[in-house]
Amino acid sequence: MSAILDVKDLQTSYGKVNVLAGVSFSVQPGETYAMVGESGSGKTTVIRAIAGLAPAQAGSVKFDGQEIRGLPERAMRPLRKDIAMMFQDPIGSLSPRVTVRNLITEPYRIQGMKNKDIDAEAKRLLALVNLPSHFADRYPYQLSGGQARRVGVARALALEPKLILADEPTAGLDVSVQGELLNLLNELRDRLGLSMVIITHNLNVVRHIADRMGILYLGRLVEEGDTEAIFDRPRHPYTHCLLSANPEPDPDAQLERIALKGEPPSLLQRPSGCEFRERCPVASDICQQTPIWEVNNDHGLRCLTPR
Amino acid sequence: MSDTLLEIDNLSVDYETERGDLKALRDISFDVKKGEIVGIVGESGCGKSTLISSILRLTAPNTRFRQGEVRFNGDDILAMTERQMRDLRGSDISIVFQDPMQTHNPVLTIGRQLLDIQHRSKATTAQKLETAAKMLAAVGIPDPQARLKQYPHEFSGGMRQRIAIAMALMSEPDLLIADEPTTALDATLEVQIIERLKELQSEMNCAILFISHHLGVIAELCDRVVVMYAGAVVESGDVREIFHDPKHPYTRRLIECDPGHIKTRARILPTIPGEVPDLVNLPDGCIFRDRCEQAFDKCQQVPALDKLKEGHFAACWLNHPEETTA
Repeated sequence: MSAILDVKDLQTSYGKVNVLAGVSFSVQPGETYAMVGESGSGKTTVIRAIAGLAPAQAGSVKFDGQEIRGLPERAMRPLRKDIAMMFQDPIGSLSPRVTVRNLITEPYRIQGMKNKDIDAEAKRLLALVNLPSHFADRYPYQLSGGQARRVGVARALALEPKLILADEPTAGLDVSVQGELLNLLNELRDRLGLSMVIITHNLNVVRHIADRMGILYLGRLVEEGDTEAIFDRPRHPYTHCLLSANPEPDPDAQLERIALKGEPPSLLQRPSGCEFRERCPVASDICQQTPIWEVNNDHGLRCLTPR
Repeated sequence: MSDTLLEIDNLSVDYETERGDLKALRDISFDVKKGEIVGIVGESGCGKSTLISSILRLTAPNTRFRQGEVRFNGDDILAMTERQMRDLRGSDISIVFQDPMQTHNPVLTIGRQLLDIQHRSKATTAQKLETAAKMLAAVGIPDPQARLKQYPHEFSGGMRQRIAIAMALMSEPDLLIADEPTTALDATLEVQIIERLKELQSEMNCAILFISHHLGVIAELCDRVVVMYAGAVVESGDVREIFHDPKHPYTRRLIECDPGHIKTRARILPTIPGEVPDLVNLPDGCIFRDRCEQAFDKCQQVPALDKLKEGHFAACWLNHPEETTA
């Protein structure tokens, strides 16, 4: 099976700031891939660079076998039918003066599909995301966070994309609504065979939606593999710290918490050797060497002192 | 002297709107003891923010206090003059807001802002700067002397939130209100903030009213929990009681919905179907009735917040066996 998305050594710099220092991963058709990391790890830049919304100075992004990195906007536009974005801020990503009907059918206009019955399509899309059809006449300020999120999903689905790039799809949602959205995405994936890349720092969400996950630190993957395997046995100390930092909804939970030392280093002064070494609870002298990316049984790791 | 710091008694607060009165808080009662950490859990629209602004009396002009009292150290806050309120805010009661990126003035150095907040103190500027540096060190900011000269944009989000905590604790308040202080932060930073809060709380022995919708954080930090839904307290009690033996269907569902609670991969996550009722046209009876799977005839009447046992209260007819079997 060939990958729907194949990213190789993707690099992005803003001036001197090297945000992505070579990110490689691939997504198979029908697969959900989660990219996890702290603020500033570059996760949003990864999907923006894939969609052509952020610069990528080097590397390759192949969508369905076709190289799309650095395509001019004119060549990119028809591809946007197949690659949909879901943005982070649900209400902020909707134009405040446009009705829901026009928001979710705007992709048709942009793609020049004039023969579509806009009303019928709006109804169909709203039904797809379980919103009543009278929502078509509402404006963004009349929506709750969860509803706005679903409008974002409807809009992303309008053109029946093959790939969805979702930036923090559950951020700012209440727990009861969060479950609804994840169920919806899972259901749509099963029904429409969508592939998804999800960016999040909410690990509880990752476990339930992603088949595979990658952990990003300072613009580099440090670990990648099957979601369940990583949750069961994180190998990289950073992954372990992240997973252990997850507060449990149980006052008697026995937490073996591994504290991360300090703050993420500046991207302007990347540490030598292993870039995680200064914050790592198990770093040793050997970590002054630069670890290489090693893949064993579909599990990738960049660490000289794995657990 | 009693050990109760903050008492809220039958507090009801409305907002006057064009559509009629929006009943944002109805009959809220709970208290916070000295040195205790009380968590308030609830989803969007449950009245958390109205509650905080009522305690601080920083309310919008269309706010109407319909009934009840808010007592702080025995004095009724709602009856105080604005002058008295100003003396209270920032010295006896202080607050940490949700968004660390917006709580600091971007054009003043952190040192300046930490000085300004000590305007009541008679100490010299040098002494105040000393205190400021000490406070920064206490919240774990390395090299505090040099950092005082920096501007907010030179700090990361987690550091800014710790600075906000430093500012709030500067006056050694009796009560610290923390309004979703970790929501905007990564899990790793969230843990740092919680541990810092715990440490400082045990050093200074101030009470904390911690507002969050993150159950994991509440479970880890709080002694007692108040669960709110659509402007009412539906359950309150000791943190273990609430998490291990919830007595209100809403609390139960909320805990079930938390994906952190579900250890194995689930394709379908539990949700609470339906929506929060319109608080202008309140439905009759129990406020959760429309979304409750266990609702029965009796729920057409509003249940009272009953004491089930020492330190555990819930407002649900299911806790009245004589009603369920009738």
